[in-house]
Amino acid sequence: MKLVSYFRGEAFQRGVHPPSCKLTADRMIRRMPFPDRVSVPLSQHIGKLPRPVVRVGQEVVRGQPIARSDEWLSVPHHAPLTGVVEFIGLRPGMRGTWIESIVIRAHAGATQEDLWGRSRDLSQASGQDILQAIWDTGMVGLGGAAFPTHAKLSVPKQAKVHTLVVNGCECEPYLTCDHRIMIEHADDLIVGTRYAMRATGAVRAIIGVEDNKPDAVATLRQAIAGARSGGAFPEGEIHVEAVPTKYPQGSEKMLIMALFGAEMPAGGLPIALGMVVSNVGTLAALGKLLPAGQGLTERVVTVTGSGVARPGDYRVILGTPLKFVLDYAGVPAVDALDARQVILGGPMMGQAIGSLEVPITKGVSGVLVFRHEDMAAREGRQTYPCIKCGECVESCPMGLNPSTLGMLAAKREYDLMGEKFFLGDCFECGCCTYVCPSNIPLVQQFRVAKQILRERAV
Amino acid sequence: MNQPLIEIRSAPHVQAAKTVETIMRHVVYSLLPICAFYVFQYGVSALASILVVTAACLLTERFFVGTGTQAGRLSDYSAVITGLLLALTLPPGFPLWMGAVAGIVAIALGKALFGGIGFNVFNPALVGRAFVQAAFPTAIATYTPSFLPGRYTEFIPSTLAWPLMIPADAAAWLKTKNLDALAGATPLAKWKFDGVLANADELLTSLSGNMAVGPAPALILVCGAYLAARRFMDWRIPLAILGSAALTAWLLFAYDATRYPNPFFMLFSGGLILGAVYMATDMATSPVTPKGMWVYGALIGLLTVVIRYYSGLPEGVMYAILIANAASPLIEKITQPVPFGRGVLDRARKRASYPLNPGYISREEASAVTPKKRFLPKKPKK
Repeated sequence: MKLVSYFRGEAFQRGVHPPSCKLTADRMIRRMPFPDRVSVPLSQHIGKLPRPVVRVGQEVVRGQPIARSDEWLSVPHHAPLTGVVEFIGLRPGMRGTWIESIVIRAHAGATQEDLWGRSRDLSQASGQDILQAIWDTGMVGLGGAAFPTHAKLSVPKQAKVHTLVVNGCECEPYLTCDHRIMIEHADDLIVGTRYAMRATGAVRAIIGVEDNKPDAVATLRQAIAGARSGGAFPEGEIHVEAVPTKYPQGSEKMLIMALFGAEMPAGGLPIALGMVVSNVGTLAALGKLLPAGQGLTERVVTVTGSGVARPGDYRVILGTPLKFVLDYAGVPAVDALDARQVILGGPMMGQAIGSLEVPITKGVSGVLVFRHEDMAAREGRQTYPCIKCGECVESCPMGLNPSTLGMLAAKREYDLMGEKFFLGDCFECGCCTYVCPSNIPLVQQFRVAKQILRERAV
Repeated sequence: MNQPLIEIRSAPHVQAAKTVETIMRHVVYSLLPICAFYVFQYGVSALASILVVTAACLLTERFFVGTGTQAGRLSDYSAVITGLLLALTLPPGFPLWMGAVAGIVAIALGKALFGGIGFNVFNPALVGRAFVQAAFPTAIATYTPSFLPGRYTEFIPSTLAWPLMIPADAAAWLKTKNLDALAGATPLAKWKFDGVLANADELLTSLSGNMAVGPAPALILVCGAYLAARRFMDWRIPLAILGSAALTAWLLFAYDATRYPNPFFMLFSGGLILGAVYMATDMATSPVTPKGMWVYGALIGLLTVVIRYYSGLPEGVMYAILIANAASPLIEKITQPVPFGRGVLDRARKRASYPLNPGYISREEASAVTPKKRFLPKKPKK
């Protein structure tokens, strides 16, 4: 299909077009009420755990740091509620295990304003100061990977960054939180982008948006023109670019391919090409938090799916139990829900949950609830042996051969998969499983294989 | 949650609608017009042949699936495809019991032996056909002309031969119809043994009477185009086969036009179109890699022409496809795709919107630069 994709002007080769199902694209972001109790896990990000700096029984104010760390690859957490620390210990986590969390009970009469933050002027701050300020907000990548943002934006001494790529693709079906943020918080996004450019030393920023969101492109362009009316940005130019819609466009490799036509070398980071990629939700939140001197205590979550009566994008405070979120969004009979029906994140890469007590964390971009009928249709599918139709090879954005990899995985030839068939390049987008007519769990097998290879390497 | 269910699914949670059943069902749908045309050409004998061969395939498949020696299900339609294709490759007057043997062998030796759907190395229909070609060389070379009068009421006598009995002589039967034995020769056999070339339009439509030809290549191409457009079949393989066969035939034709027929005759005579569109594209026996599909198709086209020209057989599609089936794992091995970021870098630089490195290094210059190329056609072009 290389030829076809060339004439269509598609951004990157292969990939899939799942039905977009963006039910909530036209709805304003609404605030979800504060729950009585939140549970803030210490592990909400990639990297080291911070340690709690509050004790049980202590009163906390919304926005106050409750966990800190001196490690570089770690972020502090802030109290999402004004209330009392009720418990510090193990609570259910999204990966099925119980993880250390801080439970805060809300004060009934509190206004729940962020009283902790002090607004400040960062307009003259150096890049290093901005990085420090980002670290203090506890910001992680809000797109789902939850990598600490200050670490992502800090450039090693020997490297030079010229371009900041802002990822507004949101290629996952159903999710619309980034879309709504780009429309409703375009100004915050521009401010955040400028901070990020200062922190990285980039001289241009390019916001890549999939072309199924023309309203976001128009709004952003207008907002940039408005912000520039007082004079050009001292940080450099900000462009907005529509890229053709295709899954997984939101992968940084695919987005860079779409914008610059350059393949990131395998195993490399965007910094090898002089680029840093960040998500629009992250930068919009930074644009709001940095001048206000606040910490990250809430995020926008898309609550959607066929089982939700009032789907929408909600501003949810971190630590809100899933049960509360689903109740508010109008999922009938929350107590009767089956854990298999609820997915955190998008349908292509999100994960099913083990318990409805799981809290919303910094990396949760969406909550999907499917009805039993939809589940039954998928679960009733017969699994066949691989018929070698080649659909997976045609859809793998990384140009791997999932058909052969799948057969090797079934035979547990993990070393061969890694050495000869480039298993390590797989970023688990799920395109192969999505298209497989034989219903073979390809990407699931690859996850297992990668995990086993990682364990063997240790 | 009342019951803590410990069953956690792993992403992706959505799947495309295409399943093995839908692929196979659409292949069957696309074969139905071709079968109807075949019945239109040869009447009740062709109908009986199609029904008996398909029934033999289905019953054999049912036996092996039922005993658990074979993967897949009866309802996946793959045995129906094998049966229909096998019937279309047999002569219309082929004795029904031999057709049943072909069907049983196709599924038992061609498919069940390897483990069922997806595991077979060779196209099952061609395995069955190769078996009967070796077992019943006379019967499989006995063709009768199409569009005989009375074909809807009268069987070709050889069709109804008793099992293990020598079928009735077709030449004698043709004499009663005032046709000589040569009328029962296929266009390829006529060219090979008598040097007579059929006309292009006759070959393409199969509509002129008294020719021993299969269903119209034009119809097969239309049905194949439907499959390719719905992506139930890969378009590369037929294209590679026809392209390579045409190229080889054209080179030879250009070398010596008196000795070799024109490429058009090569393409549309015999079973090349049916083989290219339906047999060679069998998913399990063709490579999965896009490059491998081109190599595989080119090999089939080349072998077909070589076998037709230089061997004692008039037809070579079957052996060409079987040889390429055997070669397909090797082809796949040498045509593995190059992963993203490991091949020649910067393949698509020309159509990108932005230069990889900005042409400026200071922020003051930055605002002077605007991107040149855009992805979306609706945006104004510079």
